[in-house]
Amino acid sequence: MSANNGEELNEGAVSTSTKDSSSPTASGSIRQTPQQDHQPPKLSSSLDINNPTKASQPPTKGAAAAASTTGASTKPVAATPPAKKEPEPPPFEKGLVEGIKNKFGDAVKVLFIKPLRIKIQVDPQNMVGVASFLRDSIGFDHAESVAGTDYPKDNQIEVIYHLGSYSREDLAPHILWLTTRTNRDDARLPTLINVYKSVEYHERECYEMLGVYFEGHPRNERFLLPEDWADIPPLRRDFRIKGR
Amino acid sequence: MTSIEEKFEESKKLGLQIVKESEEDRLMTLSVGPQHPGSGHFRFVIKVDGDYIVFCDPDPGYVHRGEEKMSEYRNIIQNIPHLERPVIHDSTNITYSYSLAVEELIGAQVPRRGQFIRAIASELNRQVYTLYWLAIYGIFLGHSTMFMWPTGDRELLIDLLEALTGARVTHAYNIPGGVRNDMPEGFKDRCLNQIRYLQKRFKEYEDIFYNNPLFRQRTEGVAILTKEDAIKLGVTGSVLRASNVPFDVRKAEPYDIYNEIDFKVQYMKTGDCFARSYVPLLDMQESCYILEQLLDKIPSSGEVRAKLQPNPKGPPGEAYRRVESGRGALGYYIVSDGTPKPYRVKISVGSFRNMLALPHLLIGKRLADMPAVYWSLNYWPVEADR
Repeated sequence: MSANNGEELNEGAVSTSTKDSSSPTASGSIRQTPQQDHQPPKLSSSLDINNPTKASQPPTKGAAAAASTTGASTKPVAATPPAKKEPEPPPFEKGLVEGIKNKFGDAVKVLFIKPLRIKIQVDPQNMVGVASFLRDSIGFDHAESVAGTDYPKDNQIEVIYHLGSYSREDLAPHILWLTTRTNRDDARLPTLINVYKSVEYHERECYEMLGVYFEGHPRNERFLLPEDWADIPPLRRDFRIKGR
Repeated sequence: MTSIEEKFEESKKLGLQIVKESEEDRLMTLSVGPQHPGSGHFRFVIKVDGDYIVFCDPDPGYVHRGEEKMSEYRNIIQNIPHLERPVIHDSTNITYSYSLAVEELIGAQVPRRGQFIRAIASELNRQVYTLYWLAIYGIFLGHSTMFMWPTGDRELLIDLLEALTGARVTHAYNIPGGVRNDMPEGFKDRCLNQIRYLQKRFKEYEDIFYNNPLFRQRTEGVAILTKEDAIKLGVTGSVLRASNVPFDVRKAEPYDIYNEIDFKVQYMKTGDCFARSYVPLLDMQESCYILEQLLDKIPSSGEVRAKLQPNPKGPPGEAYRRVESGRGALGYYIVSDGTPKPYRVKISVGSFRNMLALPHLLIGKRLADMPAVYWSLNYWPVEADR
C-alpha cells in the first residue's frame, strides 16, 4: 500500500538519540551518552531534572533529613524561593525568563528555574496578556493541564497552567508553569480560553473541582461530577471523604 | 407538486391542524452512551439534521472515581494500586510517570537495571493497550476478524507481563525507586520470541484490515484534523502524530534510559481517520524494535530498585513529569508539603486532552462516520474521568 511506505512516512522523523546528545539545545546538556559499563550513570535523567548536584549518589538518611529540615519552615508551595541553595539555572531557561521579564518587568514573578521547568506567577489581571505573549512571541502553543491547588492557610487557590510547545522543537521538552492565585472565598479568574483553546475542558474541570469561576468561559458548569452533586467542590481541602 | 406552504393552506381549508415544522423540529437529538457499547462508559449528545451531525457535546464522568482526591489520603506507596485503575490495560505507564514525579520529589535514584526493566514493561504494556484498542476499533467498524486477532495476540503479551510482574492486567509494578521485582529466568528469550511473532502478525493486520477496501473507504479522508488545529486543541499521542506533528515524549523529553535507545517517531501527514488508526500500528512496530534493543542492552545483573525509607517523604516541593503512554503524554503534577502523603496530585491524561477534538471533528460529518471518528481518537473513557 502506497501510504504505508516507510521512507515516505518517516521522511522528517526526529533524529536519533545519538545525534541528540550533541544537539545545541538545552535539553542536550542533560542527556547522557550511552554507558560503556554497567555502572549507574552519573546523572540520571529522572533526577538531574530536579537537583543535578545531589543526583550522583543515592540520598542518605542524613541528607534527606537535612533537606526536609531546611524546607520545613516554608509552605508547600511557598511564593518565596526555597531556602536551600539552588544550582545555577541553565542558560536556555534563563534566556526564556529574561525575555518574559524584559517585556513585563515586575508583573511576572519567577518562582523557580529548573532544567526544563520554569514556574512564573502572574496577577489575575495580567494573565491574558502574559499568556498571549507566551503563545505568540515564545511559542508555548498549548496547555497540557490546568491544575488547581487549594491553600486554606493562605486563604488562596493557586491555578497552574502547564504550557508546552509542539511547534518549536527546542521548546518541546520544556513545560512552563504559568500560575496565578485567587481569593478562596470569591474565587474568580479570567479565562484563558481565547488564548489557549486547549484549556476549555481543563478549566471546566477546575471550576467544578475547586470552585474557581472562570470569567468569560462559556460553560462554567458540571463536567465530571454527578448531576445531583450538592456539596462543596471536592478538591478543596475542607472537603473530607466520608469515613476518613 | 405542492410545497409545504400550499399543503398548509389546503389543510387549513379542510379544518385540519398541521403545525409548521420549525428548525428545532428538524433536528433529532441522540444520546450516545453511556450504556452504548460503542462508546464505553462515556456519553455524548449529538444532534443530527438528516444524517449530518450538527451538534456534539461530550458528557464524561460516568466512571469518575476521584483518584486525585483519594491520593491525598494515602502515602506515596499506598497510592500506586489505585492510581493504575483509570487505565488498567496500560497500568505500567500510568504508574511510570507517577514514580518519576515522586522520585524527583524524594530524591531517589533508580538503578540502571531497574530502568531497563521499567522500559521493557512499559513498552509491552503499551502494546497490550494498543492491541485492545485495535480490537474494539475493528469490531465497531464491522470487522470481527480484527476483533479476534489482536485480542488473541494480546493474550501472549499478557502472559509475558504475568511472568514479569505476577499479575495479568493490574501490575502495580512500577514503584518509586524502581520496579517491584526482578525479571524471571528465561524472560529474555521468551520476550524475543513473542516480538518476532508479533512483527509477523502486524503484516497480516495490514493485509486483512488496513488494506481492506471497506475500511479504507470508511476512514480515508474522513474527519481530517489539520496540523494547526491539532496544535491549537492540544491533542496528544497518535492523534497528534497522525496530524503531521512528530512529537513523542520519549524523544522530546527522554526519561530513564530512552536517550540511549535508537528509534524514530512515527507520524503521518494526512490527519484523517486512517492516519489516526494506522499510527498506533506503526508505534507498535517501532516498540518491537525498542524492545529488541532494551533486551540486548540490559545489564545482566544488579539491583532493580533503590532502597527507600519505610515511609518515604521528601522536602516540600512540586514536580511535573510525563511519559508517553498508549494514548499520548501522561503527566503527573504532584505537590508535596513534606509529609508522606501528597498534598495534591493532578493527573493530566491523554484521553481528556483528545476529547476536545471529538466535537471539533464530528460536527459536519455523517452519523455513519461517528464510530470511526470516535474510536480513531484513541479515547479511553475511564482514564479521562479518573
